[in-house]
Amino acid sequence: MTEIFGIPVQAFMGQLLIGLINGSFYALLSLGLAVIFGLLNIINFTHGAQYMMGAFVAWYLLNKLGLGYWWALVITPVTVGIFGAIIERTMLKQLYKLDHLYGLLLTFGLALIIQGLFRNEYGSSGLPYSMPEQLTGGQNLGFMFLPNYRAWVIVFSLVVCLSTWFVIEKTKLGSYLRAATENPELVRAFGINVPRMITLTYGFGVGLAALAGVMAAPIYSVNPLMGADLIIVVFAVVVIGGMGSIMGSIVTGFGLGVIEGLTKVFYPEASNTVIFIIMAVVLLFRPAGLFGTQR
Amino acid sequence: MLRKLGIAVAAAMAVGTAQAQISGGVVKIGVLSDMSSLYADIGGPGSVVAARMAVEDFGAAKKGMKVEIVSADHQNKPEVGSSIARQWYDTDGVDVIVDVPTSSVALAVNQVTREKAKAFLVSGAATSDLTGKACSPNTIHWTYDTWMLAHGTGGAIVKTGGDTWFFLTADYAFGHALERDTAEVVKANGGKVLGAVRHPLNTQDFSSFLLQAQSSKAKIIGLANAGGDTINSIKQAAEFGIVRGGQNLAGLLVFISDVNALGLDKAEGLILTETFYWDQNDQTRAFAKRFAPQNKNHMPTMVQAGVYSAVLHYLKAVEAAKTDDGTKVVAKMKELPTDDPLFGKGRIRQDGRKLHNAYLFEVKKPSESKGAWDYYKLRSTIPADQAFRPEKEGGCPLVK
Repeated sequence: MTEIFGIPVQAFMGQLLIGLINGSFYALLSLGLAVIFGLLNIINFTHGAQYMMGAFVAWYLLNKLGLGYWWALVITPVTVGIFGAIIERTMLKQLYKLDHLYGLLLTFGLALIIQGLFRNEYGSSGLPYSMPEQLTGGQNLGFMFLPNYRAWVIVFSLVVCLSTWFVIEKTKLGSYLRAATENPELVRAFGINVPRMITLTYGFGVGLAALAGVMAAPIYSVNPLMGADLIIVVFAVVVIGGMGSIMGSIVTGFGLGVIEGLTKVFYPEASNTVIFIIMAVVLLFRPAGLFGTQR
Repeated sequence: MLRKLGIAVAAAMAVGTAQAQISGGVVKIGVLSDMSSLYADIGGPGSVVAARMAVEDFGAAKKGMKVEIVSADHQNKPEVGSSIARQWYDTDGVDVIVDVPTSSVALAVNQVTREKAKAFLVSGAATSDLTGKACSPNTIHWTYDTWMLAHGTGGAIVKTGGDTWFFLTADYAFGHALERDTAEVVKANGGKVLGAVRHPLNTQDFSSFLLQAQSSKAKIIGLANAGGDTINSIKQAAEFGIVRGGQNLAGLLVFISDVNALGLDKAEGLILTETFYWDQNDQTRAFAKRFAPQNKNHMPTMVQAGVYSAVLHYLKAVEAAKTDDGTKVVAKMKELPTDDPLFGKGRIRQDGRKLHNAYLFEVKKPSESKGAWDYYKLRSTIPADQAFRPEKEGGCPLVK
């Protein structure tokens, strides 16, 4: 059998695919962060907690209201997005005039509070969430068994990522948004309600995190701490991609998923660290990130 | 002069009472556990509840013994754990540390406790090294260990035909010890270990590791991990059709809280070894009924039950020895036979190993379960003298 770096081609292909699947979570989450940072200049540390809330809302919908996965995909981002909008209106809004650092500290504190509350209520070992029946089972691709659900994750997150990119970079709405962050006074002069636009953007970014949470619920356990570890990795992804770069975060999300996946084969002990090593190297040679521009 | 006289009188009066040599007049118990991360439901705040119940049931207040409980979160980091232990022993007057899940942290606290001549009652940690090469006159390993798990679960599986293994191992002291102990059992029973992959503690996604396990073609994939790591491995193994493909999973350390988080539909048929199950007899049920309302309505795990049992026996030994000096109390604990409602009668060996029965359970099918927390059926009982590693084989220098 042919081999790549000492492992059979078939196993190698499998690992590549798995890397892409994990990359889709990184991409979805870092996309939300990039949108919020790129347009609002907020370093949103509550992103992990909002991702976790997404999973919990899905669990709640299923177990308390009997609404399944497909409903959760629609309802959850809206619910958690509204929660985000409230936070923006009541708290973040006060900080726009101050240094980025204050927003970071506020969102970090909020994340700790939210996680603590959920942990007190639900414990740390998590709650079961069943996979939607339509997506159970899988396909034998020859080189690996691909669960249908994972295939869905890749496709769906690609669609969401690319549409987000399209809306922000290629439509009129997107250009308003970008203009509003560059020069809010001027845009306001055109009769556009800038504060509302900013609130909606934050809500949208948070909704993306919640959407990722719903998608994660059937494969990882619905766990109060599920976002806490992930958020650090996702921040690294955003930094590598270039803070605020929409396309950068999508491409690096998928790319780093693949690199991490391959590390799990060649040197599994380092699979938690490899992304940070890359981050350090990127920061040394391209401080603005791979796709970022110096501001 | 007058003050000296006062002290002398006070001392003379105290001789007759149990507190004769209780440091600070208080027996201070420190529950050191993972309070917030992946093992928090196994020990964590529930262990504090269990310790408090033991103090109540011992009747400390009635006996005039002052007992205080403090707790802290070691975050699964050895350096955090040992610095808390030092502070507790040096400045806070803590006499005994209990629980301490996460073997790497327990090994560190084991060292500190020995240096300070205090007492350490391990319930949450698993590594059998605590009664092997790292054994100490100040440490008792209470609830379970990796040797017991390997022989209980591993042994049962090899004997029913699971003779080729691939390990998914948590990359720290506990995972390594469990893999080593299980591999020995597999080999001793004529089986073969085809490979292993070490994953970092607290990993979310196991698909990559599972794929490696799959391509090894081993009949059994041994999960030498715990808590959230085990839950995610089992969940994702089902997703990747591992069991349907003819391979079987062996959860080498599965707690009832993990089964609860997985749900019976994913956990059914798992074989596991525990030393305590809340629904074993009237006494364990009575304990669980008191315990659950204080712990988010979660039934006690064996680790939490072990904390109860260990603290109860510790207090009995303090009473008997009339001191809370760590080394003396631990010696007394080994001398006295153990007896409590949860683990029944038992004893503690010279190497610090507490002996009691272990049970091989099978997780029920959803249709067999009568309701919440009705999860296990008993497959067999492993008597205390066979459940744990023979004292001579551990290499503990205390054993002559």
